[in-house]
Amino acid sequence: MTALVEIRKLSKTYVRGKQKVEVLHGVDLDIAAGDFLALMGPSGSGKTTLLNLIGGLDTPSAGSITVGGQRIDQLGSGALARWRASHVGFVFQFYNLLPMLSAQKNVELPLLLTRLSAAQRRKNAAIALQLVGLQDRATHKPTELSGGQQQRVAIARAFVSDPALLVCDEPTGDLDRQSAEEVLTLLRRLNREHGKTIVMVTHDPKAAEHATHTLHLDKGELVETAAMAH
Amino acid sequence: MKYLHLVWAALLRRKTRTAFTLLSVLAAFLLFGMLDAVRTAFDAGTNAAGADRMIVSSRFSIIQPLPYSLLSQIETVPGVKAVAYANWFGGTYQDPKNFFPNFAISPNYLDLYPDIVLPPAERKAFDATRTGAVVGATLAKRFGWKIGDRIPLIGSIFPKRDGDSTWTFDLVGIFKARDAREAGLEQQMLFHWKYFDEANAYYRNQVGWYIVKVADPAQSDRIAQAIDRLSQNSDHETRTETEQAFQLAFAKQIGDIGLIVGGIMAAVFFTLLLLTGNTMAQAVRERVPELAVLKTLGFSNRVVLLLVLAESVLLVALGGVLGLGLAALLLPAVNAAAGGQIVLPPVGLATWTLGIALMLLIGLVVGALPALRGMRLNIVDALAGR
Ligand SMILES: Nc1ncnc2c1ncn2[C@@H]1O[C@H](COP(=O)(O)OP(=O)(O)OP(=O)(O)O)[C@@H](O)[C@H]1O
Ligand SMILES: [Mg+2]
Repeated sequence: MTALVEIRKLSKTYVRGKQKVEVLHGVDLDIAAGDFLALMGPSGSGKTTLLNLIGGLDTPSAGSITVGGQRIDQLGSGALARWRASHVGFVFQFYNLLPMLSAQKNVELPLLLTRLSAAQRRKNAAIALQLVGLQDRATHKPTELSGGQQQRVAIARAFVSDPALLVCDEPTGDLDRQSAEEVLTLLRRLNREHGKTIVMVTHDPKAAEHATHTLHLDKGELVETAAMAH
Repeated sequence: MKYLHLVWAALLRRKTRTAFTLLSVLAAFLLFGMLDAVRTAFDAGTNAAGADRMIVSSRFSIIQPLPYSLLSQIETVPGVKAVAYANWFGGTYQDPKNFFPNFAISPNYLDLYPDIVLPPAERKAFDATRTGAVVGATLAKRFGWKIGDRIPLIGSIFPKRDGDSTWTFDLVGIFKARDAREAGLEQQMLFHWKYFDEANAYYRNQVGWYIVKVADPAQSDRIAQAIDRLSQNSDHETRTETEQAFQLAFAKQIGDIGLIVGGIMAAVFFTLLLLTGNTMAQAVRERVPELAVLKTLGFSNRVVLLLVLAESVLLVALGGVLGLGLAALLLPAVNAAAGGQIVLPPVGLATWTLGIALMLLIGLVVGALPALRGMRLNIVDALAGR
C-alpha cells in the first residue's frame, strides 16, 4: 500500500513569550491512500496540532511532511494556500460555515479558487449537496439548518473540489448520537465509494469504530495501542 | 468580480450598522456636493467676467455718482471702443425684504453685455418704451411676472420728482444668461437711465458707474490710467479697473469662500474617517473566524486583503454616490427656496470627479488597517479563537 501522507520526526514547538511548549515530539506516521484514520487521545495531547500540520494550516518546527509525494513543510504561505485549495478538505467541530451565505454558496466557496465557470460552480455544488442529502436545503442559511445538517454542508464544502485528503477535527463533537451517526456514515461513504483518505480526530470511541484504523496520541507522541486492536 | 457576493454578504451582516454608516457617509457627501456648489458659484463670479470690460467708478465710494459729462471724455480716450453707464436704483417690490438687483442703464448697455441674452423683438420693444423694463428669467419666475405686466417698484432711495415713491415699469422683455455659470445675471431688472434721470427727485445728469469696452485687453492698464487722469484733482476722481478685479474685491469682502469650504469639508471628512474606520475595524474583528475559514479553504492573503478593502470602498462609495446624487437633486430646490437670491450651479463633472476620488481615498484609508489585520491573521490561532 502506498502512503499518501508520510510524516518523519515531526516536532512542533509553540513559543509563548519566554516559554516554549513542545506539543509534538518526533512523530513518525504513514497514512495509506484510501485509509480512514481515527486519531484519539486526551485533551491537550496535540491532536489538533498534528491535524493542522497534515492539512497545511501550520508549519512544523522540525521534521518533514510529504503528501502525495510533495513536501509541504517547506512551502511558503502563498504556495501552501494554493496547495490546500486543491489537495485537502477541512471539517471542523463547529462547522464554520459563513453565516451570511446559503448552503449552496457555502459549498461553492472552494470552487471560487478554481477556473470553473459560474454555471459549473453551481452545478458541482448542487451535486455535492445532493450527495450529502441536502439538495432541498440549498437556499437555506446556516441558522436555518440543524447542527447535523450544517455539518453535512461543511462536508460537502470539504470534498466539492475533489481533494484526495479530508481532515476532520472532532466532526461529531457537537452533535447528538443520531446526527453523529449520519455524519460518520457519510464520511465512511466518501472513504469507501469515493476513495477519500480521511484523518479524523475524535474523543468518541463509537465514532472511531467507523474508521479503518485508530491511533492514540499522548503528550505529543503516538503510543502503541495493543489494547485497542481487535 | 466573482467575489462580489462575499463583499455584499459582509456588508449585509449587520444591516443596522451598515445603514447608519451609509447614512453618515451620505450626509457628508451631501454636504460636500452643496458646499462645492457654493464654492463654484463664487469662483464663477471672478472667472467668467470678460477681461475686455472695465468699470469706472468713484475713487471714494461706489455710491458716489459721477457726472454724465464724463461720457464724451471717456469716449475719446484712445483704445476705448464703447462706453455704457448705469445707475443703481435699489427699488423693492411689494415688500422691502424682496431684494434683487435693479438698475438704470444706458441705451447701449445691453450691447456691451452679450452675456445677457434678450430676444431681438423684446430688445426692440425695450428700446422703444420709455418706461420699459427687462428682467432675468429667474426673477420673472420668482414673482410670476409676464411680458405686458406693469410692475410697481418702491424707490426707497430715489422717490420721484412729484414726491411719489412708486415707480411703474412696463415689462417688455425677459432675458437669460448666456452661460449657466452666470445664472446670477437672471436675477436682475434693468430699465432706462433716461427715465430714471428725468423722473427722480435728486440726481440730474449723473451716473453710478461707467462700463468701458476696450479694443485690446492687453492695453487695459494704460487705458485705465488715461481715464483716471481725466478727473484727476477734480471733485469726482475715478478708479478704473477690470470687471474681474472689481468683482474679486467684492467677493473678498465676504471672505475666502474656498478656504471656508475647505475647512468645513476637512472637519467633516476627518469625522467620517474615524466613524467608518471604527465600523470597518469592528466588522473585521467580528469576522475573524470567517476570514480564517476563507484562508483555510485556500484563499490567499492578497484576496483576503482585497475583499476587506473592497468592502470599505463599496461602503463609502455607495453612501457617497447617494449623497452626491441627493445634492444634485436638492440643489434646484435650494435655489427655488432661496427665491433666486443665490443661484448654485448643478453638481458638475468636476465635483463628481473630486467626490469619487475622495470616496476611493477614504475607502482605502479606512479599509487599510482592518484589511492588513485580515491578511496577517494566523489561521490556527483564529480557528482556536485565540
Ligand atoms: N498556538 C498555540 N500557542 C501556544 N500553545 C498552543 C498553541 N496551540 C496549541 N497549543 C498547546 O498545545 C497543546 C496541544 O494542543 P492541541 O490543540 O493540539 O490539543 P488537542 O489534542 O487537540 O486537545 P483537545 O482535545 O482539547 O482539542 C495544548 O497544551 C495547547 O495549549
Ligand atoms: Mg483539538
